[in-house]
Amino acid sequence: MFSQKVAQQSLRRLAVQQPLAMQWSMMRATPAAVALGKGIQSRPVSSSPNTEDPTQILAKQRLNRPIAPHLTIYRPQIGWIGSSLHRITGVALSGTLYLWATAYLASPAIGWHLESASMVAAMGALPLAAKVALKATLALPFTYHCMNGVRHLIWDTGRALTNPAIIKSGWTVIGLSVTSAIALAFL
Amino acid sequence: MASLRSTSRLFAASRPLFRPATFARSYATVESTPKNVDPIPSENPNMKTFKVYRWNPDKPSEKPNMESYQLDLNKTGPMMLDALIRIKNEIDPTLTFRRSCREGICGSCAMNIDGVNTLACLCRIPTDTAKESRIYPLPHTYVVKDLVPDLTLFYKQYKSIKPYLQRDTPTEDGLENRQSPEDRKKLDGLYECILCACCSTSCPSYWWNSEEYLGPAILLQSYRWLADSRDERTAERKAALDNSMSVYRCHTILNCTRTCPKGLNPGLAIAETKKMLAA
Repeated sequence: MFSQKVAQQSLRRLAVQQPLAMQWSMMRATPAAVALGKGIQSRPVSSSPNTEDPTQILAKQRLNRPIAPHLTIYRPQIGWIGSSLHRITGVALSGTLYLWATAYLASPAIGWHLESASMVAAMGALPLAAKVALKATLALPFTYHCMNGVRHLIWDTGRALTNPAIIKSGWTVIGLSVTSAIALAFL
Repeated sequence: MASLRSTSRLFAASRPLFRPATFARSYATVESTPKNVDPIPSENPNMKTFKVYRWNPDKPSEKPNMESYQLDLNKTGPMMLDALIRIKNEIDPTLTFRRSCREGICGSCAMNIDGVNTLACLCRIPTDTAKESRIYPLPHTYVVKDLVPDLTLFYKQYKSIKPYLQRDTPTEDGLENRQSPEDRKKLDGLYECILCACCSTSCPSYWWNSEEYLGPAILLQSYRWLADSRDERTAERKAALDNSMSVYRCHTILNCTRTCPKGLNPGLAIAETKKMLAA
C-alpha cells in the first residue's frame, strides 16, 4: 500500500514538473526509477529546432485535401439517374415554354409568324418522319416529367418508400412515359 | 545481344510462333516484374484485381491515383475488408483505411466499393475474377489519406440536432421515462443507425449542399428524436428544421435508402419529417 502511494506521488510530481518527460517515462521507467529521478530524459537543446507551429500542420494539410470522386464513380442506378432526368426534363420543358412564350409575345414586333395558322401550315409541310421525331422529342420529356411527378406525389404521402417499390416504380414510369410519348408522337 | 534483341523485336509481330526460346529471358526483363501481387498464392490461385484510391498528404502536389493490387481469393476471407487487411498486411503497409469491429456495428470501414457506398466488412468480394473491384473513399468528402475521409462536418451536424432526450417534467414516480410498447415500436428502424455516413455521402443533394443541408443520416437521427414519445422539445426541434436548407434540400433521390448497409430507410424518415413539418 505504502510503496504504491510513493510511486503514485512521484509520478504526479513528475507530471507537474516535467510534463514532457511523462509520456516517455510512462513507457519505459519503473515507478522506482521515476522516484529516484532516473526516468527523466534530457535532450540537448539543439536537437529539435521546431520552428514550425504544430497547429499549422493540420491546417496546411486540410488546404490540400482532394475531394473524393463522386458523380463519375457512383454506380448508375434507376433512383438517381431517374431523378436527374426529372430535373433535366423539368428545366428543358420550362425553358422551352419561356422561350416560346417570349418569342410569341415579341413576334408581332419582330415580324415573325408564330400564330397558330402559320404553325399548322409549317407542320403540315414537314415529311412524316420529321413530324413524328419533332413530336416525340417534345412528348417524351413531358410524359416522363409528368409521370415521375405523380411518383413524387405518392412519395410525399410516405408511401412506396421501400427499395423494391422505388426500383419497380422507376421502371414503371420509364415504360409508361415511353409508350405514351410514342402514342402522342403518332397522333 | 542488343542487336539480336532489336531484330527479334522486328520479327516478333509478324512471326510470334518462331520466337526462339533463348530470347525468353530478355523478354521477361523488358516487362518489369508485376508489383502489388499476392506474395504467396495458393496452388490453383484465383487471382482478382483490386483498384484502390490512393492519396498521400505528405506529397500533396501528387494527384490521387488508383493503385492496383492482385490477391488470391483462395487465401482471402470472403469480405472486402478481409481483402483490404490482406493488402495492408502482406503487400503494401502504406495503404490507409479505417476499420474496427469487422462485423458492421462500428461503421468505421464505410467506403465506396464498386460504385456503391457500403461497409467493407459487410460487402462480399464479387467472385467474378474477370472483373476488377474498385474501391474509393466516401464520395465528395475531403480525403485525409487514401480511404480515410474527413467526417468533421458530419459529426458537427449530428451534434447540431441535439441527439439526446430533452425533458423538463420529471416522471410521476421519479423513476425511468417509460413509454408504451407501441411508442417504442416507432423507434425501430431508427435507433439501429450506426452513423457510418454511407447514406449522406451517397446523396447528390448532400454532395452539392453539405454546408447547410443536414443529409439523410442526420435527418434519420433527427426523426428518431422527433418520433420519441418521451421527448418534450418536439416543437423546438421542428422549428430548427423549418427552413429551406436543413430538410428541404432532400429531393427524394433515395440513394440513401438504396445504399444503407444496415437496411434502414432514411428516405422514409425524411418523408415522415416533412409530413410532421407540414402538419
